[in-house]
Amino acid sequence: MGLLDILRGRTAPVAPKLDAIFALPSAAVTLETQAGLVTSGHAGVCWRPPAGQASAEVQDEVSKILELDREDPTTPALRAIEDDLGYRWLLVDGAEFDDLATRVHQVNTLLVENGWGPQLLCSVFGLAPAPGADTSAKKMWLVYLFKRGTFYPFCPDGESTRDNEAELRLRTTLGGDLPIEDDLGRWMALWGLPVG
Amino acid sequence: MSYAKNIADDKGLTGRMFLTGLLLVVLWVVLGAVLVAVGISYLLVIVILVGAMFAQYWFSDRIALYGMGGRLVTEQEAPKLHSMVDRLCSMADMPKPKVAIANTDIPNAFATGRSPKAAVVCVTTGIQGRLEDDELEAVLAHELSHVAHRDVAVMTIASSVGMLAGLLTRMALWSSMFMGDDNNGGGAVAELLIMLVSIVVYALSFVLTRALSRYRELAADRSGAILIGRPSLLASALVKVTGEMSRIPQKDLRKAEAFNAFFFTPAFNGKSGVSLANLFATHPSLEKRLAQLDELSREMGQA
Repeated sequence: MGLLDILRGRTAPVAPKLDAIFALPSAAVTLETQAGLVTSGHAGVCWRPPAGQASAEVQDEVSKILELDREDPTTPALRAIEDDLGYRWLLVDGAEFDDLATRVHQVNTLLVENGWGPQLLCSVFGLAPAPGADTSAKKMWLVYLFKRGTFYPFCPDGESTRDNEAELRLRTTLGGDLPIEDDLGRWMALWGLPVG
Repeated sequence: MSYAKNIADDKGLTGRMFLTGLLLVVLWVVLGAVLVAVGISYLLVIVILVGAMFAQYWFSDRIALYGMGGRLVTEQEAPKLHSMVDRLCSMADMPKPKVAIANTDIPNAFATGRSPKAAVVCVTTGIQGRLEDDELEAVLAHELSHVAHRDVAVMTIASSVGMLAGLLTRMALWSSMFMGDDNNGGGAVAELLIMLVSIVVYALSFVLTRALSRYRELAADRSGAILIGRPSLLASALVKVTGEMSRIPQKDLRKAEAFNAFFFTPAFNGKSGVSLANLFATHPSLEKRLAQLDELSREMGQA
């Protein structure tokens, strides 16, 4: 924020960074071989819907586009959930990080094209223990921060506590493959994640 | 449908803010010129004053927390409040401030700190109880906008001219009372002149800083409403809180300084159309704030 903005007392809405999400598929190998984690097959986009009909229309549009290249016709291509803070989650499924990243990117692009870019909060990718790996491992998520273009791991181990050690370990593992958020203060907690 | 791209700059608001700031700078210059012309060394006064101002600015987060009786809360103690602040900061791409709760029934919230990195946002238990979650979030967005706009720095600098004038006047008064007998006529006239100028400067700066404060509030309303994307939420929070607040005496009138009584002169009679209350208020009237939020809602196509 520049001096002029301070004097004028204004903040410009921040546009999201979308492309860094495609670093995720290339980190899949490291994730599996070194951390014993694979995708859970689920991902989600979290945004703050504005009032009115417009957000429902956009959601329909996203839904229709995702329907086109859906693999499993028995489940809906897109599910929407409102969380207890009034943010909306658009949930997508996919077998590989490739699919998930592509679908999440489609959702993001559509939201941005409709002018909701500043309202995007984060994308979340579910992680699960790799086959044959230690299955007692905790459930983890990789969160992508739209406004920063960076990832961070999130590992809750209770109602409102998180396993920082596991998170920091994953940061070290992935540091070479993914842009990881440097400022730990921005590793926001996302309690009760609707993403599987 | 888009909203962020369509929101026009509020040129009027910015213009008025600049005018106020400009007039404050002019006051500084006039005061400095008079000091130089009179030729009295007020170096020590200025050093002390700047020191005090700097301390107020530097420790603003701690001072305000102490003043409100706020207590920093951890994520475990207030997970929902933390989550709200987390998400708003993430959407606005700003560092997360410290989060505090003040245990008082007065519905209020404030944010302060010298920079976005050393800021604290505090809500009272009273406001938590009265507002819905999404309204509280709107209030937080307003407060975070104050942090992003660096209003503590802006208002500290703006109000310093009034502080300086107040201090100088008191010093002039003091010296004329205790040392006046030894002075020759020229010195007494000079002191009288300083006092007079200081009083006028103080009065003007008081009104101007209050005006600036009101514009900054409107600016924070605007940025906050844009951040959450729903001006109507902030509007309903304002209605609820202001309705409650108006029954509780505002602190500002009491802490006004030495020349408070000076302002209540017939010069500012209600007949001119400018009401005293509006001129001295630190916050714009509820009607004005709601009107701005209504306008924003329309621009966003939500009304």
